Amino acid sequence: MPGRLSAIASAVLLVASAVPAHAATIEITMENLEVSPKDASAEVGDTIEWINKDVFAHTATAGNGDFDVNLPAKKSGTLVLKKAGTVYYYCRYHPNMKATLKIEP
Amino acid sequence: MFVRWSAAIAAAILLSSPALLQGARAADKLTDPQIAHIAYTAGVIDINAAKQAQKKARNKDVKAFAEDMLRDHEAVNKQALALVKKLNVTPEDNDTSKALSKQASEKLAEQDKLSGAAFDKAYVANEVAYHKTVNGALETQLIPSASNAELKSLLQTGLKIFQGHQQHAEHVAAELK
Repeated sequence: MPGRLSAIASAVLLVASAVPAHAATIEITMENLEVSPKDASAEVGDTIEWINKDVFAHTATAGNGDFDVNLPAKKSGTLVLKKAGTVYYYCRYHPNMKATLKIEP
Repeated sequence: MFVRWSAAIAAAILLSSPALLQGARAADKLTDPQIAHIAYTAGVIDINAAKQAQKKARNKDVKAFAEDMLRDHEAVNKQALALVKKLNVTPEDNDTSKALSKQASEKLAEQDKLSGAAFDKAYVANEVAYHKTVNGALETQLIPSASNAELKSLLQTGLKIFQGHQQHAEHVAAELK
């Protein structure tokens, strides 16, 4: 029995070490035309998940043209970060929705 | 007295004069059923303008903008209908709604005579002006007058959306030049 437990423990450790520590998913919510958090930080390799809680379609559109993620009403959209830098983004349909993403290498 | 003030508000909205709106605000208080009717009517007006633009617009950005207006205003009005049903409120027609509708149908007729780039320009310019007017009315008149918290909150969301539309329309207008 202790043998089996330690086997499970080492299996868990193996799985844990196989996943890079920094590959996180960062959730950003759009609700009532507000982006939250407005200023988010992440690292290259992380996934951004925008959750649109509104009944209106939004987009997450980078000012520098790096990305343009469509977020239909009540839907989410994801983006895997590939490049470091600070990106300003907005919603094409409601340009008063503005936010920034700080992407560390 | 009430009728006179409603007419004053209608005139204020039509002229989109912040001063007149301010003047009306102090003395008049619209009721929630009237506010709901005005907000819904304002949405219907922009939906009708968008439908006209879908048929007549030539520029692809203008066409896309019209589609966005149709989608958003229908979504807002759907929420408004759900809310009045929930609150058991019957929207009440009033002079402001009537004046808005009258002016809008005149605008539709005027723009119906235009075509091509002239239509595109006129539609987008009117969208900028119209959203500016509606946003002014929401900020200074409709939101402060709303009694019900849920109605107020819907109007506040509406204001943010329409401010977005105004900026979007301004971008499209700038691209057309």
